[in-house]
Amino acid sequence: MTTATERSVPKPVFTDAEAGAKEFPDSSARRFNYFTPQKRKQTHYEDVTVEVQPDPRHYLSQGWLYGFADGKGGYPLDWTVLKAWGSDRPEPERGPGTGGKGYDWPAHGWHEFRDPNEEWELSLYRYNANVVRQLQANVDAARQAKAFEQWNPNWVRFVQQNVGAWMHVDHGLGLYLFANANRRGPTNMHNTAIAVNSMHLIRAAQDLALYQLTLTEEIDGFDGSAHLETWNSDPAWQGVRETAERLTATSDWGEAIFAANVVFQPLVGELFRSHLVMQAAPRNGDFVTPTVVGAEEFDFSERDLRYTRAIFELLTNDRQFADHNSRILNGWLADWTGQAIAAARALQPLWSQPDLKPGRFEDALDRVKSRFAGIVEDLSLDLPKELER
Amino acid sequence: MSRQSVARAHQKIQELSWEPMYHQPVSHYGTDYTFRKAQKKDPLKQVLRSYFPMQEEKDNRVYGASDGAIRGNMFRQVQERWLEWQKLFLSIIPLPEISAARAMPLLFRNVPNPELHNGQAIQMIDEVRHSTIQQNLKRLYMNNYIDPAGFNSSLRNFQNDYCGTIGRQFAEGFITGDAITAASIYLTIVAETAFTNTLFVAMPAEAAANGDYLLPTVFHSVQSDESRHISNGYATLLMALADEGNHQLLERDLRYAWWNNHRVVDAAIGTFIEYGTKDRRKDRESYAEMWRRWIYDDYYRSYLVPLEKYGLVIPHDLIEESWNQIWHKGYVHEVAQFFATGWLANYWRIDPMTDKDFEWFEYKYPGWYDRYGKWWEQYNRLSTPNGHHPIVAEDVDYQYPHRCWVCMVPCLVREDMVMAEVDGQWRTYCHEACRWTDVEAFRPVYQGRNTPNMGQLIGAREWETLYHGWNWADVVTDMGFVRDDGKTMVAQPHLNLDDPKKLWTLDHLRRMPNLQSPNVLLNQMTDEERAKFHADYIRGGPAGRPYRAG
Repeated sequence: MTTATERSVPKPVFTDAEAGAKEFPDSSARRFNYFTPQKRKQTHYEDVTVEVQPDPRHYLSQGWLYGFADGKGGYPLDWTVLKAWGSDRPEPERGPGTGGKGYDWPAHGWHEFRDPNEEWELSLYRYNANVVRQLQANVDAARQAKAFEQWNPNWVRFVQQNVGAWMHVDHGLGLYLFANANRRGPTNMHNTAIAVNSMHLIRAAQDLALYQLTLTEEIDGFDGSAHLETWNSDPAWQGVRETAERLTATSDWGEAIFAANVVFQPLVGELFRSHLVMQAAPRNGDFVTPTVVGAEEFDFSERDLRYTRAIFELLTNDRQFADHNSRILNGWLADWTGQAIAAARALQPLWSQPDLKPGRFEDALDRVKSRFAGIVEDLSLDLPKELER
Repeated sequence: MSRQSVARAHQKIQELSWEPMYHQPVSHYGTDYTFRKAQKKDPLKQVLRSYFPMQEEKDNRVYGASDGAIRGNMFRQVQERWLEWQKLFLSIIPLPEISAARAMPLLFRNVPNPELHNGQAIQMIDEVRHSTIQQNLKRLYMNNYIDPAGFNSSLRNFQNDYCGTIGRQFAEGFITGDAITAASIYLTIVAETAFTNTLFVAMPAEAAANGDYLLPTVFHSVQSDESRHISNGYATLLMALADEGNHQLLERDLRYAWWNNHRVVDAAIGTFIEYGTKDRRKDRESYAEMWRRWIYDDYYRSYLVPLEKYGLVIPHDLIEESWNQIWHKGYVHEVAQFFATGWLANYWRIDPMTDKDFEWFEYKYPGWYDRYGKWWEQYNRLSTPNGHHPIVAEDVDYQYPHRCWVCMVPCLVREDMVMAEVDGQWRTYCHEACRWTDVEAFRPVYQGRNTPNMGQLIGAREWETLYHGWNWADVVTDMGFVRDDGKTMVAQPHLNLDDPKKLWTLDHLRRMPNLQSPNVLLNQMTDEERAKFHADYIRGGPAGRPYRAG
């Protein structure tokens, strides 16, 4: 005869610990109360991002606990020369008997930034998962339709060299500018938006690399490593490369984000993607490449540029430092626009490479200049004379 | 992935990196380590084409479970004793997570291996996932649990509270100081590889035993990302070991990181698991048993010891001492007792222990009742206002402890407390290892070697000093730990919400003696007084009992 031993498991207990079971002070206080929402009601995005990164100017009574070798801890506001109202007030001095209070929320203007894309984990994974799924479907459909067989040899060469070269820009900026800058911004909202931007670019770089891998498998003679030679030594690409490298070498996070998303992407990125690749491809029998490149274009034009505008609009309309910020941003505009225009002009030979040509280079450049001018105007900045080089 | 194998895809994306020709990427973060270029592989070969859908699927499971919990009235079965401690844990943990995201750039310029940079970038966005998914869990608790107080003021509380400050080291240690010390040794080699086991595996199991299956849902999903992070750290460690000049720094950093993680994580998670549970089955593992399995066996013996043959000097003594602290010196019990002593300075409710709890503790930790039982009986007796003060101001045979300057947990194992005069101030340390961290490790010269990139310990490291001489009601008001009637405290030393008369208010605190900072008082002593004070302090304990001559 065997005896069954009772399994040892925790027993369910009725505790009635659900909301509304009792009334007492705070029993209905069911919203985060340590920040002021941007609009009347706080959003889900605000709830999961605001104030996760502390700031000794309002809370954080004991201050930062670990510093770099120079004694600075946390996220120093002087990691950019741009300023938001209140940022020149010193951190509250806290010591014996002072208590822990800082300035009232938000303490300074940096905390007023909200990402208009409201990016947090749920949104960023849904968005990027949708993009990679759609891209794979597009490429698979093209493969099944034998679409790559319709490409003429010149277009094959164009894609392997030039579309291939662009992935280096995405990768370099994604890792060494944007991922790097996610340690630099003054609030969690800035740094999270910047981290998401970084992943857009790294994903776009990998999208292009894996697309190349498919083309290597599908097109006889497609040289999957040709992009390296182009990136390393094609004179047409060296202006882009030097600009991309200089962007990653920029120390001030504000300047790096501004130069990349306000100047370089509209003047060079959109020129290459929207006005060359996406225009030339269909004429040369390629309906697939525009969908790969177009996904990246959407990342930038509909999401990354949107949060960038929100950051810099606040600064150029800042109640205390608008003039200071505008002066600095106008200086950066002049500096980076000159370099971006030179890089764009260096790309001009690409317009004559396909058998069936896209629109004229000068027309394309005029269109991106016009778009750029609109962005600059929206930010209440001055159109730099370097645009006319 | 479609027809392309993950291995081929991963190989292809290695073509993306390039050597700069015109400008070097900015180098913001210094290190005293040196690295040679090496082809260390990323063993997990993550490619974003498969990564994003995988994470989305994991999210779908988490959020599906969240909906299920609400529709299935999970909160009718959740133990309040457990959920109250989540007010502390979930106020702390989103910051370490997001700090880990912010830490990844510290490695880019210092670890010359582009293949690893790809893994680090994915870790960055993983950590954004963890931080926001945990904030979201807290939001769900706030909306659905009986008592939202403490959740609703979570991040302000965390940033003002001394417990939050202890926990904050588990974030700031990742992002400042020497880049390799912080983002590699402290974060990935010790915090993630060793201590996430207790954080994200052991603790969720205890949550489930207390009726909360959402914490395991979220944290097991988080933990499934950690294996990638662990491999990031391992590859970097092997690169560091390849240069013998790094061995001295690795020894220093492993000692600091191990000891600090033990002090911080074991204090918090040990308390949650042992004192936050209602599951008192004798065959459920104690924290000490979990620690032995997850940290001593799985991490120390299986992961760390095999690295010895590559020249890694392992802090065997500190690992054994950590076990000694947990098993013989009652570290977790001392911490839980202190948290309960200081309940009024916190923002969650702490349930008294019952006879059933006593029996379990005695079974798991023989001798527990003789050490801690009487004090917990006093805690129970003093838990509702009845003309007396909160327990911290009553005579219950407990000496309020000094604060450790380094780990900021008080010096609870009294016999181990050491002192040093540093920069004109007398500081107290909970253990010699913490004194060493301040006086020797976090310095620009280490054992005669210049370490100009080593970080500094900064900030107002003793909470009590900020409020020296303050009335307790003003302290709690200043920190903001008051409910919406303007007088009832968020914290309570019991779980009874039925009778308003049993809830402590600012009026009760107003009658208490003023708060005194032990460190301020220590620095006011003469040298003789201080020496005698120290001699008496280390003869005190266990359970905070003051030394009484004769």
